[in-house]
Amino acid sequence: MIKLTGDNIFKVLVAVIAASAIVILLLNTYVLITGSANVFATSGFGFISGRNWNFDIPSFGVLPAILGTLITSGIALLVGVPLSLGIAIFIVEMAPRAIRVPFSYLVEMLAAVPSVIYGLWGMLVLRFWVLDYIETPLNTHLGWFPLFSGTPTGYGFLTAGLILAIMIIPTVASVSREVISAVPNSIREAAYGIGATKWEVIRHWVLSYGRSGIFGAIILGLGRAIGETMAVTMVIGNASGASGMPVSLFQTGQTLPSLIAGGFFDSQTALLSSAYIGAGLVLLAISLLINVAAHVMMTRVLKVKGGAVE
Amino acid sequence: MVNLFEKLNLHSYRLRKFKNKFFYILCLICVIIAIVPLLSILFEVIVRGAPAINLQFLTGKGLRGGIGPAIQGTMILIGLTGAIGIPIGVLTGVYLAEYGTNKYASWIRSINNILTGFPSIIVGITAYSLIVVGLIGGFSPIAGAVALSFILIPIVARTTEESLKLVSNSVREASMALGIHRWRTIISVVLPSAKGGLITGILLGVARIAGETAPILLTIMGSSFFFGGFNESMDALPLRIFINSQLHTQAAQTQAWGAALVLILIVLTLNIGVRLASRGRYHNKVTR
Amino acid sequence: MDNIKIQSVNLNAWFGTKQALKDINLSIKANAITAIIGPSGCGKSTFIRTLNRMHELTPTAKMSGQILLDSQNIYDPIVDPVMIRRRVGMVFQKPNPFPTMSIYDNVAAGLKLTGARKDKNLDEVVKYSLQQATLWDEVKDDLKKPGTSISGGQQQRLCIARAIALQPEVILMDEPTSALDPIASAKIERLVVELKKNYTVAIVTHNMQQASRVSDYTAFMYLGNLIEFGSTKDIFESPKNQLTERYITGEFG
Repeated sequence: MIKLTGDNIFKVLVAVIAASAIVILLLNTYVLITGSANVFATSGFGFISGRNWNFDIPSFGVLPAILGTLITSGIALLVGVPLSLGIAIFIVEMAPRAIRVPFSYLVEMLAAVPSVIYGLWGMLVLRFWVLDYIETPLNTHLGWFPLFSGTPTGYGFLTAGLILAIMIIPTVASVSREVISAVPNSIREAAYGIGATKWEVIRHWVLSYGRSGIFGAIILGLGRAIGETMAVTMVIGNASGASGMPVSLFQTGQTLPSLIAGGFFDSQTALLSSAYIGAGLVLLAISLLINVAAHVMMTRVLKVKGGAVE
Repeated sequence: MVNLFEKLNLHSYRLRKFKNKFFYILCLICVIIAIVPLLSILFEVIVRGAPAINLQFLTGKGLRGGIGPAIQGTMILIGLTGAIGIPIGVLTGVYLAEYGTNKYASWIRSINNILTGFPSIIVGITAYSLIVVGLIGGFSPIAGAVALSFILIPIVARTTEESLKLVSNSVREASMALGIHRWRTIISVVLPSAKGGLITGILLGVARIAGETAPILLTIMGSSFFFGGFNESMDALPLRIFINSQLHTQAAQTQAWGAALVLILIVLTLNIGVRLASRGRYHNKVTR
Repeated sequence: MDNIKIQSVNLNAWFGTKQALKDINLSIKANAITAIIGPSGCGKSTFIRTLNRMHELTPTAKMSGQILLDSQNIYDPIVDPVMIRRRVGMVFQKPNPFPTMSIYDNVAAGLKLTGARKDKNLDEVVKYSLQQATLWDEVKDDLKKPGTSISGGQQQRLCIARAIALQPEVILMDEPTSALDPIASAKIERLVVELKKNYTVAIVTHNMQQASRVSDYTAFMYLGNLIEFGSTKDIFESPKNQLTERYITGEFG
């Protein structure tokens, strides 16, 4: 029997409050599952594999949005990860000490900018850079290639992916920076000692030693890209239903979050609102999967590190 | 034997040297590429936003008036969210730091990690379904605050745990040696010693929720009027920026940039303030 | 004079504002073992780290003066430290084999940087280096295992093999046995004596018995100064400086 001392009461109190994390997770999952029961009952698996978003028939499918999410996040990783790694390497291994701190400051300020401001900047600035310097030239010269086909407007998958690339940089770069900093100096010294150049030390030793940690950083960035809503909604063009099935990079489309943010309030019927909540459930499932993978990855890294250092 | 070694020295030394230089420049370019959008965003927000700003802009309402309701709404949201999220977050952090060696605590920690990476639109859907549709039956600042506190709590919990763990055990022992109970020690000795870290975490969390748009889009909806009660829709800065960006008129966009300037000033002030306040610790983290 | 391999001339070194070496003039003879002894913090590790330009890898580290390797100043602006480190190899205090590489790759890593591919030649060099480091017989069946899977003493010999594989002219050893047990240390000591046939060796040690057992010449350093330098016999049997005498008789350290 536990005595009712002040210490025990306090401990139980904070333990109960700490359960808020579980409550939040379960509450969100519960609401999404019950909220979307209607659309899953009507459409079944077709909700995942279907391409229409039409409440006259009614027929709802999130396949275009799932593909749009994967494509924009893919572009984000393709562009953002090399940049982030370059930044992390530069800050930890190359930059003179005096500029390390201000540089990491600047990069981390990217994380402080609210996503709606990224969206505004994307709509009114980045869109025209993408249109003038990437889409139009590629479309003019390589327009026969499906990826570059269609009429470039600056809105669409490419711009959304590029905005996401910028937005994941602070996440991927700062985690990679920590991973790289954690590589023991004895390894660097040994590598320099056999006459490796600085780049060889980074390439063959630092990156190889930190690779699982860096992989974890990339997955965290992927998680951020997949869940990002406003910036994407503002530049992706929000083509709904089958017209959002991705063919060209320059085409307007949809991601799961932008589908919800863009249309949630048009939901006049219970079924439609259930369909949007269903899209949220699919998004939650993908995001949980990625988060758990990142988590497993990172804990494994820490364990491996514990064994590998000496 | 010597012969053998010489045969192995194939690679051009100049190529290795060139690669070294090449990748140095490449990494430097990566940094520059990342900084360009930041500078461009700051530049555009200042250049396009600053002309809009005057007293009427900050206090008036409506497209021709100003963003008074949005500023007021953001302040109300920060206040309400803080009132819900900060105590829960801090106490969760206290549990994790002071009693968190068991399996339950490591579960909480993992779930908190997951919640930090949660798509923000999801908490919007949840608060919408529970409060806007359920509890209150209309758009409500409370629903917005609940959604945002789902985002704030894990951030505050994590930073609280981290900063409490930095408090040396000798502080706890010294207090407990005086016969002070553990819970009193935590509240009156440990928490105050970790004050700097706590405030840093809270401010960073607040900066984050002040800029969140998706969750409040579904819960407070936006409004051209000042706060009208807890069962009414309300405006907020990020929402005003989003709504105006969808209206393709000059006036609306100018107002959006002005609102963006105000929002970015709030968020960056919080961030820079935090950085300056915790400069020593931050410095240690960057250098190895 | 002609058998001097590496020589420091008016060498000073700093960490930030703290001066770690003060005007060191020391000549290390070819195909001999030079021991550098002195109490902790006397600058002995810093000294040998200036000999292959490892010193400058420490942030805030500065130096002035010259290091002449075969009478060429290795701090000349046209000299690349990467080339110097191939000629002047190093073995560190704690065994630090590359954890992500196999035993084989640990030895071959330096050569692979210059384009060596895994072939018969490379196999021969790896075998030769491991033999020289008296490790071959113990690991020849485990070449694919990670470099960190063997015992501490074996790891340190692996690090020596790794240095040998580059055919350096000089091998620097920074307290190579301080992290090892006596049996493993004895093996390394015997190995060091073998090495001087082919290489010039400079060894930092805080173990005076070790210095007297293995070295031909001994330098005694104290608070960043070179106090006394001479043949090991002279230093240990008839030191000229009182500080040296007090140190080797164990009065402080």
